[in-house]
Amino acid sequence: MSVILQFLTGLVFGLGLILAGMADPAKVLAFLDLAAIPAGTWDPSLAFVMAGGIAVTFLAYRLILARERPVMAERFLLPEPGAADARLLTGAALFGIGWGLAGLCPGPALVSTLTGGQPAIIFIAAMLAGMALARLLSSATPPLRSNTA
Amino acid sequence: MTVASSFTPLASLAGGALIGLAAAMLMLFQGRIAGISGIVSRLLLPAGDGQSWGRLAFVAGLVLAPLVYGALTGTAPRPEIATGPFLLAVAGGLVGFGAVWGNGCTSGHGICGLSRLSLRSAVAVTTFMTTAIATVFLVRHVL
Repeated sequence: MSVILQFLTGLVFGLGLILAGMADPAKVLAFLDLAAIPAGTWDPSLAFVMAGGIAVTFLAYRLILARERPVMAERFLLPEPGAADARLLTGAALFGIGWGLAGLCPGPALVSTLTGGQPAIIFIAAMLAGMALARLLSSATPPLRSNTA
Repeated sequence: MTVASSFTPLASLAGGALIGLAAAMLMLFQGRIAGISGIVSRLLLPAGDGQSWGRLAFVAGLVLAPLVYGALTGTAPRPEIATGPFLLAVAGGLVGFGAVWGNGCTSGHGICGLSRLSLRSAVAVTTFMTTAIATVFLVRHVL
């Protein structure tokens, strides 16, 4: 039951990415190209993705986190609040450079597995290698705070 | 190179709401943040918490989404990936490494973290938006 629900959750997530235009690298790069604003060709659509996502999640989290526990797990696993550290900044900066180079982030990359041809496979393979490397390095140098993301 | 991109506020808002719905489902049922990089990286190097099948099912849902989208709408999405193979590999490596090193990507920090008013996520989103915009500017208008 839990596994079926998680499949459906991934499916809804993927359908959302496609409908939103996040799974189209050309649209992502057009959004990130702020120099297109004076030219009048800027596509601000993806700001609406974040607005829609945050509006739903903000309300839903408030209702859900008022519960004693999740439906199918013992407790809620939330990242601890804390200050930003050098590691967060470094990771986010590198992530942004990669996102800006190809217009793909992890969710849309996986959504493109079957439809993006060889370029998608190259990106995904490199992404998985980068993730594994970061995981291995972070277990060698553990962060100061626990991570439950 | 600048590709014309059409403005789709309603589809993007609705797509964002579906992403939010998925994040809500994961929190309601599993009590977890919907961070794609967290889910995938824990699948690569199993976290030993008995969640691997669930994570695999979530990723399977993502991978099969274009087929379901095509069946529902009659038009399967065809992503245009214009970046060359070498840059794609560099980009993929940076995205994968950076997302795990920075404890989250566009979904975990951008949707879930900001919804929880997390300061760390706000800093992360500001940082990756800034470097992404700077990278696109360099690639399209300087280099």
